Amino acid sequence: MSSNTASRKSVGWRFLGSELSVLFRRRRTWALLAALAAIPVLIAVAVKLSSGPPRGRGPAFLDQVSQNGLFVAVVATIVAIPLFLPLTVGVVAGDTVAGEASTGTLRYLLMSPVARGRLLAVKYAGAVVFCLAATFTVGLVGTLMGALLFPVGPVTTLSGTTIDVTESLVRIALVCLYVTLSLLGLCAVGLFMSTLTDVPVGAMAATVVASVVSQVVGQLPQLEWIHPWLLTHYWLGFADLLRDPVVWDSFAANAVLQAGYIVVFGALAYGRFSTKDVLA
Amino acid sequence: MSGAADLVIETTGLTKRLGGRSVLNGIDLAVPRGSVFGFLGPNGSGKTTTIRILLGLASATSGDVRVLGESIPRALQQVLPRVGALVEGPGFYPFLSGTANLLRLDSADRYVSPSTRRQRVDTALERVGLSQAAGKKVGRYSLGMKQRLGIANALLTHRDLIVLDEPTNGLDPQGTREVRHLVRSLTEEGTTVFVSSHLLMEVEQICSHAAVLSAGSLVAQGSLEELRRAGEPRIRVVTPDAPQTHTVLRRLGTTPDDDGASPGAHSVTAPLPDGVTPDRIVRELVEAGVRVNGFSVDQAGLEDLFVALTGEGFDVVQ
Repeated sequence: MSSNTASRKSVGWRFLGSELSVLFRRRRTWALLAALAAIPVLIAVAVKLSSGPPRGRGPAFLDQVSQNGLFVAVVATIVAIPLFLPLTVGVVAGDTVAGEASTGTLRYLLMSPVARGRLLAVKYAGAVVFCLAATFTVGLVGTLMGALLFPVGPVTTLSGTTIDVTESLVRIALVCLYVTLSLLGLCAVGLFMSTLTDVPVGAMAATVVASVVSQVVGQLPQLEWIHPWLLTHYWLGFADLLRDPVVWDSFAANAVLQAGYIVVFGALAYGRFSTKDVLA
Repeated sequence: MSGAADLVIETTGLTKRLGGRSVLNGIDLAVPRGSVFGFLGPNGSGKTTTIRILLGLASATSGDVRVLGESIPRALQQVLPRVGALVEGPGFYPFLSGTANLLRLDSADRYVSPSTRRQRVDTALERVGLSQAAGKKVGRYSLGMKQRLGIANALLTHRDLIVLDEPTNGLDPQGTREVRHLVRSLTEEGTTVFVSSHLLMEVEQICSHAAVLSAGSLVAQGSLEELRRAGEPRIRVVTPDAPQTHTVLRRLGTTPDDDGASPGAHSVTAPLPDGVTPDRIVRELVEAGVRVNGFSVDQAGLEDLFVALTGEGFDVVQ
């Protein structure tokens, strides 16, 4: 064995670091984050320029934005959840394996060597980090825009009590974490889709379609029995985090559901990828 | 086991079926340690499929594969760090520089030292003549530069085996020469080099051993000397008396190539007849009054063998 070849293998955190650096050195990743950042900017500017919507119209909390800038982050998150966030997450998660296959880098990674299970794990971890970046982009830009254009002060919770600004910021961060958690199942679906094809766009589209279909089914009362099992069932269920004290039930239920999706689609992805002939 | 220990690649009955069609039929490859092994075959004969299976990218339908003495795919993670490869063209992130691409692939390898990473990448880039373009985005590389970068990736650390699939694709004559030099220097370092190619010249110039694949079957294998010997030797007579030459050669038991025997022909070629020495042929010709201006016995070139084994022209055997 030669001097350059270490006989003991390292843990492999460096590969995850390399994965993240590749992800965040792509212009596409920044374009996706910029698109997400545009949502709170648009909302804040629109509310600032108008006299404010009448109560009860538009997304929840929209009428409160002009009184308290902190609500920009919450409104932007609510607006981003159904389409924009799944869209960007679908692009990143659908690209994980298929993107590497299409550039021809997949075979070189596998020959480096990276074991196939490890490759999937690192790819999934990269997508999860993107979810965090995506939700916190919306939350952070929303808070900044709100502070810039509107007065900021103590917030009245859904329970009727008032919490100070610091506590409100913690709540916004909690909402961002909740939304990240909500997207973990979709990431696993995207990872699986990505192992099925060498065409990244196909996997991306399939992932986004999965989230849309899940939401549509969630709207149909005839299919109520299936609702608790839907990927998107708890997506908008973060109201409990805005109560005082915080109610963790939906957070826990969401975590269990998302974990189920991760296990099922992670296993499917591994089953597919571990035996796949890499021909691209 | 001493015989097996000297083989860097060994396959027995390697078979691959895809969708009911047989892509590889029972390949028995034997690549000796320290050799430069040419893996020849026309397009579509199964060269890349074989390489994919050797490197664990694809699975075999049946058969046994051993690389560096270990069973594949079972010991893949132990074997691959000692193998460098360029398979089916280079594959890189177009939005990263050449250096960044190599750093990325090297950081995926858990068996190499991270502290020497930067230096090893620079050395590999220098070896393939890419130092000048190292900071440029790969998306702006020419085909030949990407190919060089692919070869640099195979050289990131010392390897016991380097697999190069069509290494001179997209390279200009200068680049092709550099690859030849590189392969030679690798052999001096004790690395076995496995080169697949459809270009005979390339293989004839750099290889010590070769195997010929045709329509998924191995039709010849051995050292270049052995392969050349396998082709039958041919004689060539330079003479203005073609018709008489034909008569004499037929009497000696061989069939000249050009049966038309046009009177103006200047040379006649034919397989060397069995049991007849060249000097006897010349004597017979002279005694028959043939004016012999030149006479030679040629070993069949690798090209003749290749064409004889795999068929001529674009009609690829399927």
